Amino acid sequence: MTSPVLASYAAQNVAFWIIAVTMAVAAIGVVTMKNIVHAALALVVVLAGVAAQYILLQAEFLGIVQVLIYIGAVIVLFLFGIMLTRAPMRKTGEFDNDQRILAALVALLIFGVLGYLLADQFGGDKIHFGQPTQTSTIADSIFRTYVVGFEVVSMLLLAALVGAIVLARRD
Amino acid sequence: MPITEYLLLSAFLFCTGVYGALARRNGVLVLMSIELMLNAVNINLVAFSARLSDVAGQVFALFVITIAAAEVGVGLAIILLIYRNRVGVNLDEIDLMKG
Repeated sequence: MTSPVLASYAAQNVAFWIIAVTMAVAAIGVVTMKNIVHAALALVVVLAGVAAQYILLQAEFLGIVQVLIYIGAVIVLFLFGIMLTRAPMRKTGEFDNDQRILAALVALLIFGVLGYLLADQFGGDKIHFGQPTQTSTIADSIFRTYVVGFEVVSMLLLAALVGAIVLARRD
Repeated sequence: MPITEYLLLSAFLFCTGVYGALARRNGVLVLMSIELMLNAVNINLVAFSARLSDVAGQVFALFVITIAAAEVGVGLAIILLIYRNRVGVNLDEIDLMKG
């Protein structure tokens, strides 16, 4: 006999692992696929998985922002970049350089050290879910505590926009 | 829900991004790998936001998303410029400043 709370924890765990495995496979696809458009589509799967994890973590607003900005805008930008630079579609091995083994070693080393440290420090630490985060709470936090950071970020976004236009236009 | 599961997922995504940034030679693919790393960081921020019941982590994740968008815009503009002025976007052929 299981209580509803335990059952919901189990459901959350199952959902987490399904999404996490999908994300891991797609992430490996992003960095190994031979076709650059397929890599971009695998990136869509990873980003959608991140949005799903946000929703599992009860951050609905961030999940929606993730879908809007990443899947809606950034991926489209990437596809335009692929199109405009006329990346070769079918030549195999074209996209990797010759330091693949070294790069894999570095990545494995970082993963080992990070995994050991995180398991050592936060093993047994549990997230206790309460109420989902209200969007108004986030808005209060942005416009009260972090309003200076918000203004700086908006100036940065404007500067990046102007910079991108200046860089990319033909004159 | 143990927080280590989220942390390990995020560490895995980050390391995949590191591998991609080091092993790919196409500029657009390197930018995609950097997006992987930024998303890994965001998962960490949101997981700790849920662990500490503090909304600050989510606000910081929003800032990171904004900066990632700006970075992709400028990065793709630079890659486009390199493509236009030189032969291609293979990063190991861009060695103008090599001593």
